[in-house]
Amino acid sequence: MAAVIPERLQEHHHGAHTGLMRWITTTNHKDIGTMYLIFSFVMFLAGGVMALTLRAELFQPGLQVVQPELFNQLTTLHGLVMVFGAIMPAFVGFANWMIPLMIGASDMAFARMNNWSFWLLPPAAILLIGSFFVPGGATAAGWTLYPPLSVQMGMGMDLAIFAVHIMGVSSIMGAINIVVTILNMRAPGMTMMKMPLFCWTWLITAYLLIAVMPVLAGAVTMLLTDRHFGTSFFNAAGGGDPVLYQHIFWFFGHPEVYIMILPAFGIVSQIIPTFARKPLFGYASMVYATSSIAILSFIVWAHHMFTTGMPAAGQLFFMYATMLIAVPTGVKVFNWVATMWRGSMTFETPMLFAVGFIFVFTMGGFTGLICAIAPVDIQIHDTYYVVAHFHYVLVAGSLFALFAGAYYWLPKWTGHMPDERIGKLHFWCSIVFFNVTFFPMHFLGLAGMPRRVPDYALQFADFNALATIGAFGFGLSQLIFLWAVIKCVRGGEKAAARSWESAEGLEWTVPSPAPHHTFEEAPVVR
Amino acid sequence: MTALAVENRRVLVRLVIGAVAMFGFGFLLVPFYEKICEVTGINNLLKPDVVANTQVDASREVLVLFDANVHDMPWTFRPLQRSVSVHPGELQTIAYEITNTRDVPVTGQAVPSYGPQRAGQFFLKMECFCFTQQTLAPGESRTMPVAFVLDPTLPVDVEAITVSYTFFEVAGRRVQAASTGAGSDS
Ligand code: HEM
Ligand SMILES: [Cu+2]
Repeated sequence: MAAVIPERLQEHHHGAHTGLMRWITTTNHKDIGTMYLIFSFVMFLAGGVMALTLRAELFQPGLQVVQPELFNQLTTLHGLVMVFGAIMPAFVGFANWMIPLMIGASDMAFARMNNWSFWLLPPAAILLIGSFFVPGGATAAGWTLYPPLSVQMGMGMDLAIFAVHIMGVSSIMGAINIVVTILNMRAPGMTMMKMPLFCWTWLITAYLLIAVMPVLAGAVTMLLTDRHFGTSFFNAAGGGDPVLYQHIFWFFGHPEVYIMILPAFGIVSQIIPTFARKPLFGYASMVYATSSIAILSFIVWAHHMFTTGMPAAGQLFFMYATMLIAVPTGVKVFNWVATMWRGSMTFETPMLFAVGFIFVFTMGGFTGLICAIAPVDIQIHDTYYVVAHFHYVLVAGSLFALFAGAYYWLPKWTGHMPDERIGKLHFWCSIVFFNVTFFPMHFLGLAGMPRRVPDYALQFADFNALATIGAFGFGLSQLIFLWAVIKCVRGGEKAAARSWESAEGLEWTVPSPAPHHTFEEAPVVR
Repeated sequence: MTALAVENRRVLVRLVIGAVAMFGFGFLLVPFYEKICEVTGINNLLKPDVVANTQVDASREVLVLFDANVHDMPWTFRPLQRSVSVHPGELQTIAYEITNTRDVPVTGQAVPSYGPQRAGQFFLKMECFCFTQQTLAPGESRTMPVAFVLDPTLPVDVEAITVSYTFFEVAGRRVQAASTGAGSDS
């Protein structure tokens, strides 16, 4: 008996709990991946509602919908929720689901820790969203939490600081898990240079996370002690300096933007070869480009601070370093284009999103280069031009890549092909409304409309009205995605193990939907 | 434990050490930043400026106006004269007066600001109460000089400069009070 029971427990590990407890206690990488993805979509909707409230207010000059205090809180929380609640956890969800499948591992290296890193997120989200309801409301200092504002705000700021701490710990744990899994758990024969690019980009991203999330944690800890324990890191009166915060924050902040885009590069690099029916052009150069982007991202942070009164030598250094980053980024874009060149392409939904990504992300890269020119940036810093720039790279970049990846791997997750008609509708609505929303913001910024304002001068009215119409269209389009996913979970055309005609990689050798346990016996890669 | 589990744990420990070290590095950026500012002379609020050019430009007169503020502190603070007219390059001394109206000792730090902002770098202070923290006994009053020179390279279109000092309380800053104050008048 005694010898049998543990074995039976082992075997029914995932069956030991049912219902809610199964999800709370699960250590299965697929379950955890699914929870990350659902969590991030919920946060995406929450952040989206905030954004639409902002756009509603900006539809016309004057104050109609919300008061300035609430407007500033919404701007701040929109940023924090989207960055830490939607984009980052979504990529971690993809990593959890796909990395073990791609490298032929049975699970993540530390399954229990994986469960903890996910379950830290909901409390953090409750702290963030709940902070709207405390006296004084949520923090209104902007997602960058600059002092002196962030030192003065009410207790909503403390909640945000704790939320950032918790989410930081969660990301670091997730990142450690990914590094160890990739370094140690690869199937025999899966050498580093045979690894799918998605694994490579995530490996590098995970190192970035381990390097910079602690720095952010340090920065917000300093804010906390300045607020409550009489230190003066950022308090000029006590000999501190608010500009110091900006340096520390952006030392984290710029690598952070690459944390949000490198896995997207990885996803796109998986999808383009499949639908162009050609191997990825320049695999090795992609790996090197990703690494050099990661390394360079540590020496460009002050391009966010050209207007803080840096010496000219400093401005020049950060300007040229920033422009240098565009070179490896360009290498990637050229590689994707070369992969498509003379390929026999078809445009299923994942491919549409991937090609859309390349097109629109590149526009965002160019506006980034314009922001990188110090004398120009002094004009456009803190205007809507910057808002346009980072939404081109984050929404049309990271988010579109996430959609591309979701449509690409949905057959593997659910066992059904996503409905092409709904997927295409989602793509075309998204890309059109995206541009209607954000393209006019370039003009607004060049004409001098500052960001983070609830009201504006009359000459900006038309473009703002247009942007608001686009934003509501974009927001509603995302419900199409929800529809597509629910429909795909419920049923649809049965997906084969290799769900897309020329998809390569170990994940396509297991049945669709992927069984609860895969690669218990490591496959051999030749 | 299997060999793999041991190996996994080894990498885990290294990465955790890396993360903890980076947390420390974040704090290390503070002295690092201060050192850079000190060496390059950016942002030295607490040190007298060095005057290189002592040529007095008698052909120009610049009006310097003085302003005083306290940030949520029980002090009265005022300049003894509202303005002076100076030639660039000429040494001038004016004075401010502070009084602690509370019945406990209070420490404050003054932070200057300038209008127009770019004039700041041409307003060279030889002596200033803003270089140190000031501690005042209950009811104490103190007259404090500011000795300054306007750098003769001051752009000619600047005809008047406003120098505004704000005193902030240092020890036991009442953050909560400050924040509710900021909340109610916003
Ligand atoms: C070619 C590559 C890029 C260059 C040269 C570049 C350059 C810049 C510069 C100079 C700024 C500062 C503008 C200002 O505040 O005045 C900026 C802001 C920003 N960039 Fe980029 N960028 C690039 C790519 C990206 C990517 C890939 C992302 C994220 C996925 C990103 C996200 C952001 C964000 C979020 C901000 C605004 C931060 C804020 O002030 O709230 N950028 N970028
Ligand atoms: Cu940046």
